[in-house]
Amino acid sequence: MATVQARPTENLNIVIVGHVDHGKSTLLGRLYADTGSLPDGKLEKVQAICRQQGKEFEYAFLFDAFLEEQEQGITIDTARTFFTWKGRQYIIIDAPGHKEFLKNMISGAARAEAALLLIDALEGVKEQSKKHGYLLSLLGVKQVAVVVNKMDLVGYRQDVFDGIEKEYRDFLGQLKVVPERVIPVSAKLGDNIASRSTHMAWYQGQTVLEALEAFRKETARGEQPLRFPVQDVYKFDARRIIAGRLTAGRLKVGDRLVFSPSNKSANVKSVEAFNAEPSPTEATAGQSIGITLDEQIFIERGEIASRQESIPLVSTSFRVNLFWLGRRPLERGRKYQLRLATHEVDCEVAAINRIVDTADLDQRQGGSVVERNQVAELTLRTKSPIAFDPYHAFESTGRFVIVDEYDIAGGGIITDLVHDEQEFLRDEARRRDFAWVKGEVGAEVRAQHYGHRAAVVLLTGAPQTGKSFLARKLESVLVAEGRHAYLLEGENLRRGLDADLAGSDQAGTDEMARRYGEVARLLIDTGLIVVSTTKAFGAAYAQAAQAIRTLVHPAPVITVHMSKAAEESPPDTDIQFAGPKDFDEAARRIIEELKKKGVLAQAIGGKPTFQYSI
Amino acid sequence: MKHLRQLEDQSVYILREAYKHFDNLAMLWSMGKDSTVLLWLARKAFFGHVPFPLLHVDTNYKIPAMIEYRDRLAREWRLNLVVGQNKEALAAGMNHQMGRVACCTALKTNGLKQLIEQKGYTGIILGVRADEEGTRAKERYFSPRDKHGDWDFRDQPPELWDQFKTAFPPGTHIRIHPLLDWTEINIWEYIKYENIPFIDLYLDKGDGMRYRSLGCAPCTTPIKSTAKTVDAIIEELRHTTVAERSGRAQDEGRGMELLRKDGYM
Repeated sequence: MATVQARPTENLNIVIVGHVDHGKSTLLGRLYADTGSLPDGKLEKVQAICRQQGKEFEYAFLFDAFLEEQEQGITIDTARTFFTWKGRQYIIIDAPGHKEFLKNMISGAARAEAALLLIDALEGVKEQSKKHGYLLSLLGVKQVAVVVNKMDLVGYRQDVFDGIEKEYRDFLGQLKVVPERVIPVSAKLGDNIASRSTHMAWYQGQTVLEALEAFRKETARGEQPLRFPVQDVYKFDARRIIAGRLTAGRLKVGDRLVFSPSNKSANVKSVEAFNAEPSPTEATAGQSIGITLDEQIFIERGEIASRQESIPLVSTSFRVNLFWLGRRPLERGRKYQLRLATHEVDCEVAAINRIVDTADLDQRQGGSVVERNQVAELTLRTKSPIAFDPYHAFESTGRFVIVDEYDIAGGGIITDLVHDEQEFLRDEARRRDFAWVKGEVGAEVRAQHYGHRAAVVLLTGAPQTGKSFLARKLESVLVAEGRHAYLLEGENLRRGLDADLAGSDQAGTDEMARRYGEVARLLIDTGLIVVSTTKAFGAAYAQAAQAIRTLVHPAPVITVHMSKAAEESPPDTDIQFAGPKDFDEAARRIIEELKKKGVLAQAIGGKPTFQYSI
Repeated sequence: MKHLRQLEDQSVYILREAYKHFDNLAMLWSMGKDSTVLLWLARKAFFGHVPFPLLHVDTNYKIPAMIEYRDRLAREWRLNLVVGQNKEALAAGMNHQMGRVACCTALKTNGLKQLIEQKGYTGIILGVRADEEGTRAKERYFSPRDKHGDWDFRDQPPELWDQFKTAFPPGTHIRIHPLLDWTEINIWEYIKYENIPFIDLYLDKGDGMRYRSLGCAPCTTPIKSTAKTVDAIIEELRHTTVAERSGRAQDEGRGMELLRKDGYM
């Protein structure tokens, strides 16, 4: 008989995990049957199938909708069921415990706000019990109730229960997870599921149903500093709407937002909504929203909007804890895609620091691969800088997945930033850009006026490879075509702006590169296509190019590497010219690249990385 | 109604992810309550616009009122409606008397497959919900289908947090399920809350009968009910223990499992 339930006012996602055969499906079946939550005929239908197959009825069968599963006796994939109890709707995710199906357990647990973790009283704490406990902590499921099942098989003995409770609490303690409660039950016989057991007078704590009621709905994220990852930019009508979901904090009309990693900023002009009267003026964590800005700044998917006083980190390198589910092992040196909030970027494994054995939390050093179902501590490096947070500070912007070819093959959390040589320049650029005092004429207006965007074309390479000649040629061709281009000649800086620098030592060269980058940044703001070479830096051109790139970020930089014979070009090179060259042809290729990157209006071939709103 | 807003936020997020990642995207619209809520959510996600075509796989056996409703909303909401039909199977006389699973496979599954192949869609948005029946409870938000449109439920890719499977080999496609977490009651609560127009076949018009789930006329039967308003439906659902799709003949036995494995909605 179904009990009439109050209309639910909130939803709570619960995952049930544990070793295979420890009784997850039975627990669920019992919970539903004992709270009168089953549809009419469901019990009878399953009982009929059991009779047909000559099997004894079990509560577990209720949830194993696929006949294949009943034959194998294991839950193959994450199944969701619903039930309502005392004004709350529970979405119960039954996650499989079989080792091969760890990816399904993880998929299930990643959606959950709280977990029931089952341990078989007869078998005790198993490898999977520990692995699941470890993964729950890694996935950020903080509310955990441990359910010790099959107490009937150990004669409802308190000493057996106490032993398991102690062993498992000690294990979780190492992960800094404190279970909300540990409950002795028999799911099969209904002890301590929905009603109190008469067989275990020594247990005074909650039943499973009471434990569910005691789980809290997390609501604190609205009080955190703002994090608003940009999901997309829409222009379906006159409005240019920045769409996305607030993962932390709140925003309202008039707020000043800064975007990372592009370092741009603007004020919220409106919060847009369909079928909402009156229009909203604010939004809070969890909401999928759209806003317009008071300025036409170019931002794209993947950036994180925040307030200036609490910005996310930006880097290309960070340390992570990762679990790997891929068909092939995770390898150093292979290219993967990293996805963090809405940012998608190429990445590779810079170092495998440790492999963690989840059964005893023992750690093994190094190695060059992470196998399927292993957990590891890694250092990742992305191709371009991304904005993120350490996981302990922000959940949604502190976790990521790795895509190998077509599939999500792993995931994890960011533990800390790895310091790199670009860090100081990057911080300087961020501080400078966030505080940048703008005139009335914005970059979009300038681009419209000039018919192209600002960019840097940087020619790198050893001395005497034709860099200056090509740079002059390119400037001439661009200007002849009506573009606004300017040759930034290093020699002119050396004798003027850099006259106070020694120029021969490392510190002098670093400072020269910094000033060079800042001058290029100013010229970018004027809307020019800056054509330049690394001639002034001699052999140290690769480091200088990197510094200039960091300082003018996010303006497009086209790096052209020149050499007398074929040689390896520095990272991030766009075009390479080796050996004798046809300079007219070379200039033409660079102009094609400018079009491809969306700098010149008539973008041809490929998808421009810079989208025009002009 | 906080829980409805939470469901809406998640569905809108999924719809926007789908729109961002799939160049050739379409949404299936059966004119039933679920896919109409889905359509409404698309208008929410894209601020009054629906930036992809709506597909209706017409089996030729639909209840006529559904077709009228379809054409009216398509006009009023300026929808890009694409209607597909397995004309070959219909010409060969396919109907439910030739077997319900066979009929559904020919007119719906294959009708959809033909449409996908013909138009080259790589992402199809559908309004299936996890609480409808067992196989749908196992679905991912982004669920891959192979070259034959088949679903390998035993080996589904992981889905973590708000990161979905959006990359796929050529020739395959992805089914996108933004309503997975919604229940039947949530759908009606939302229809009431947002005042979404729906077909009145769902209401009792005096004969003590109403449809709870809509499909083809021969295989869909109304239920006994005196619910004349959305409020009355919600009230009724809070007390019922009868399955939503009990009036849908193709669900009998292992029907849905077999159908969905082969690419049924």
